[in-house]
Amino acid sequence: MTPLAGYLLVAALLFSIGLAGALTRRNAILVLIGIELMLNAANLNLIAFWRYGPHPEALTGMMFAIYSIAVAAAEAAVGLGLVIQIYRHAKTTDLDHMNRMKG
Amino acid sequence: MSLVFYILSALTVAGGLAAVLLRNMVHCVLALTVAFAGLALLFLNLDAQFAGFAQILVYIGAVAILVVFAILLTRGSETSRDGIFSRTWLAGLAAAAAVFAVLGWAVLHSMRQLPHETTVPDVTVKQIGQLLVSRYVLPLEIVAVLLTVALIGAVIIAMQEKEESQ
Repeated sequence: MTPLAGYLLVAALLFSIGLAGALTRRNAILVLIGIELMLNAANLNLIAFWRYGPHPEALTGMMFAIYSIAVAAAEAAVGLGLVIQIYRHAKTTDLDHMNRMKG
Repeated sequence: MSLVFYILSALTVAGGLAAVLLRNMVHCVLALTVAFAGLALLFLNLDAQFAGFAQILVYIGAVAILVVFAILLTRGSETSRDGIFSRTWLAGLAAAAAVFAVLGWAVLHSMRQLPHETTVPDVTVKQIGQLLVSRYVLPLEIVAVLLTVALIGAVIIAMQEKEESQ
């Protein structure tokens, strides 16, 4: 197994763990945590391809990962703000109880 | 494959699993922080120092703290009576397992030798900074606008609405 394949397998495993968490947990904040894990797994892929691919001096993968980290931070802020507002409105963060589009 | 890689990946995957499986949500965030730290160390192991330290600053320093605040504001540390997994957990688990099977199969069956497995890329923070303000300056500006809009939007969404009757 090449080093790149090892990193890609770890990233795939982490992505699947995050996907399983986002799809199976009841609490909205835990779903956001699963999404963060998936974004991080994608970042690991980008950095690994940058390190082992051709032309690492062009820094393309590294730049992609840095921008991805910034976008993920914005996503976390908006997502948690939405969860707090939903909790204030519905008095719960349990996704199985949020089954109406209209308040 | 070095021993360091195996230790770091075991730490990261264990942190991720604990973040998804634990009952108490504060413990989940602590496990998530372990996973983020393991990922930052994996970045350092891949000679990406800047991305590794940015990962520590942004994820451990900001995102994990933000999630803890959200949990405490929503009283999420009280565990739900009807279990922590949703009713359709079996379908979700099957979808995640299928995704992992496809990704793992693709990784293991498409690998060729790549040219840079022995040479270490020599990249300094100065080069990253110069690229950020020359070749990647338009994405940098867009990310700046995005972060401003997202943070103002998050504050407005989470802001307490004034009672209109008073």
